[in-house]
Amino acid sequence: MIPELGHYALVLALALALIQSWSPAMGARKGDLALMKLADSTALAQFAFVAVAFAALTYCYVTSDFSVANVYENSHSQMPLIYKFTSVWGNHEGSMLLWVLILALFGALVAWFGVNLPATLKANVLAVQSWVASAFYLFILLTSNPFRRLAELPAEGRDLNPILQDFGLAVHPPMLYLGYVGFSMAFSFAVAALIEGHIDAAWARWVRPWTLLAWICLTLGIAMGSYWAYYELGWGGWWFWDPVENASLMPWLAGTALLHSAVVMEKRNSLKVWTILLAILTFSLSLIGTFLVRSGVLTSVHTFSNDPARGLFILVILMVFIGGSLALFAWRAPRLKQGGLFAPISRESALVFNNLFLATACATVFVGTLYPLLLEALTGDKISVGPPFFNLTFGPLFVPLLVAVPFGPLLAWKRGDLYGVAQRLLAACAVAMLGLATTFAFEGTKAVLAPFGIGLAFFVMAGAITDMVERIDLRSLSIETIGRRAAGLPRSAWGTTVAHFALGVTLLGIVCGTTWSSERIVALKPTQTVSLSGYDLSFDGMVTKEGSNYRETAAHFTVRTGGTVIGVMEPSKRVFPSRDGMSTTEAALLTRGVSQLYLSLGDSNADGSIALRLYYKPFVLLIWLGAVVMALGGALSLSDRRLRIGAPRPAARVLPQPAE
Amino acid sequence: MIWCVRLVLVVLALLGANPLHAVQVDEILPNPVLEARAREISHELRCMVCQNQSIDDSEAPLARDLRLLVRERLKAGDSDNQVLDYMVARYGEFVLLKPRLSWHTAILWGAPLAILLAGLFAIGFSVLRRPAGSPLAEAGALSEAERQKLSAIARSPSEQQFTARET
Repeated sequence: MIPELGHYALVLALALALIQSWSPAMGARKGDLALMKLADSTALAQFAFVAVAFAALTYCYVTSDFSVANVYENSHSQMPLIYKFTSVWGNHEGSMLLWVLILALFGALVAWFGVNLPATLKANVLAVQSWVASAFYLFILLTSNPFRRLAELPAEGRDLNPILQDFGLAVHPPMLYLGYVGFSMAFSFAVAALIEGHIDAAWARWVRPWTLLAWICLTLGIAMGSYWAYYELGWGGWWFWDPVENASLMPWLAGTALLHSAVVMEKRNSLKVWTILLAILTFSLSLIGTFLVRSGVLTSVHTFSNDPARGLFILVILMVFIGGSLALFAWRAPRLKQGGLFAPISRESALVFNNLFLATACATVFVGTLYPLLLEALTGDKISVGPPFFNLTFGPLFVPLLVAVPFGPLLAWKRGDLYGVAQRLLAACAVAMLGLATTFAFEGTKAVLAPFGIGLAFFVMAGAITDMVERIDLRSLSIETIGRRAAGLPRSAWGTTVAHFALGVTLLGIVCGTTWSSERIVALKPTQTVSLSGYDLSFDGMVTKEGSNYRETAAHFTVRTGGTVIGVMEPSKRVFPSRDGMSTTEAALLTRGVSQLYLSLGDSNADGSIALRLYYKPFVLLIWLGAVVMALGGALSLSDRRLRIGAPRPAARVLPQPAE
Repeated sequence: MIWCVRLVLVVLALLGANPLHAVQVDEILPNPVLEARAREISHELRCMVCQNQSIDDSEAPLARDLRLLVRERLKAGDSDNQVLDYMVARYGEFVLLKPRLSWHTAILWGAPLAILLAGLFAIGFSVLRRPAGSPLAEAGALSEAERQKLSAIARSPSEQQFTARET
């Protein structure tokens, strides 16, 4: 009964979405307020019905209702409760349901909170949202129904893919989807603006919080995914330039560019056409990220589905939305009037510089990911484009961007003084030189790039706080003054500082982690010891444990440094009988400050020894810590008063405003 | 779920009763210089039965064969490039994770620079298209009244005068 209820709710959501696709857009054309208002109710109701569908599927999972095919294929009655919840989206159908749930949530949020939006803009935005939603409801109902029943009731489920039985699954996909789907807001606003044929600074102010929210979630989602891969895959890497990873990186790069160009639009009413294009591209890349990967075009092996019918459906959706919005852009964008002018040296120009490099980096990833496919389709030649290519092209593109990061916020709007800014950054330069020189003194010419990497990271960090140090007048030495001034500064300014600083932190982690990571590959017998970077690990023996739905064999190690015990490490292997003896390796991590010891188990040999991989990864945690702090910076910015209050109503803008 | 491809590959690789590991103890060369070179080369070679994994990371038996082959060639005195050439001769360009520059990869390697230049060109073009007599020409100079107002603001001790230079 419950699955049918969920299925029915989804059909109703589709019906509502179809109404919402038409009525508000029609109302906006005719100036019929009643038709426009209809969208508010349908958006809220749509969310309610999708939530019912999602709850129904969750109920089936939690109660282990194996009569539902989806539950049978991805769950097990003995699985811990948390995985029963997370396995709802640990499969193709369920993850699609999560996707539309988030989409409907965003639609409902616009309907609920968008009180101060102009009526026609709101109506058009909700209509565009509904076009996207309708396409995906149809996709789910026609090709990926999660509520399909089995004719015969199986006694036991086939269990969730063991590798997904991890806390990472609870965080990573929802965050990633919040990011991907969150960019649909920017897309809907952009398309609505194109339909209306005009756009102003207020538009950017409405779009920014949504973009920021999506960006925060995507940042966290990617960071979580990267950390998950790092500890779960057992070879200590954290970014592989895999097509699937690239698919999530591209919207992030475009979204980051969008955040910055929207600032120019909000503050200076400039870069309108470009911002609209970026909004469209960012969501298009999100769509590609979610679906091209899954359609089987990008990779031939994927977790969930490789049904040709689904692939075709997805390609049609991609073509309609991406092609349609770009065609609309080409047709309507020339009507948008360009706004404020600026000098070649100015905050605006700095942000254009940021956009140029972010967009180029994004395009490079795009070309690198899709080029092999294109080449094979056109000429039949098979080539591989892997990490060495991306490191060689993406890296150099990011260097000028990172060098420019401290300059941007220090430059004045309209016309900046580059020489003056360079002077203000002298202290940051000194810090950078100090870092560079220290690294060079210790390393010599062993690692050529490392000193420069460290120097750049220090420059970004010190440069990020330069502005704040000056503005809160840190040298006044009165804590009261400092505190008052710090509190008085806009949160968005703090957000910039924190996020830019975090960028330096991540860079530091990347440089240190790749340069000074050390590795030992050994075969060890019990009571033997292995040493790496001043840590001695003695192998105490094997331990066998019984998990809820797996058997675990763990190797017990005692870790000492200089003779004192600092901890134990238990890398293990889990075997899942319910999945035909599939096994996973669980690496053991020992965190020392922001550095980590990483131990992963190999196979056991005939002579009783066991193969081991031991890494020491100095400062590696900074990579993800930086990403989390970056997201925190975004959150600070999101809590800024002007975004909470919302954009001024059009009438208010006629009044003379105090100089900013 | 983006990560699942890799995860699944690992699972596939692990499906055998006795899971293999990437570089194994018995593969390591006694000569550390040669071994370091072998690792370096391994990072640039693709495991052809895997999805976008280098033979250094891969646990597939084929990757192990390739790793051993790389080491054999190095022991035989090949230079790094000779080893790569040997691999390409045997397995085709597909084995290289960093494609070589040739007529059919020119677009790929040229793309980043071409896109950057196109972006610069587009920016330059939009600047040139701006209407003549831009208001910026006069924006630089302040009038006497503005100058006085500015210095009054600068002298004011009030904290409210802090300009909000938000991003």
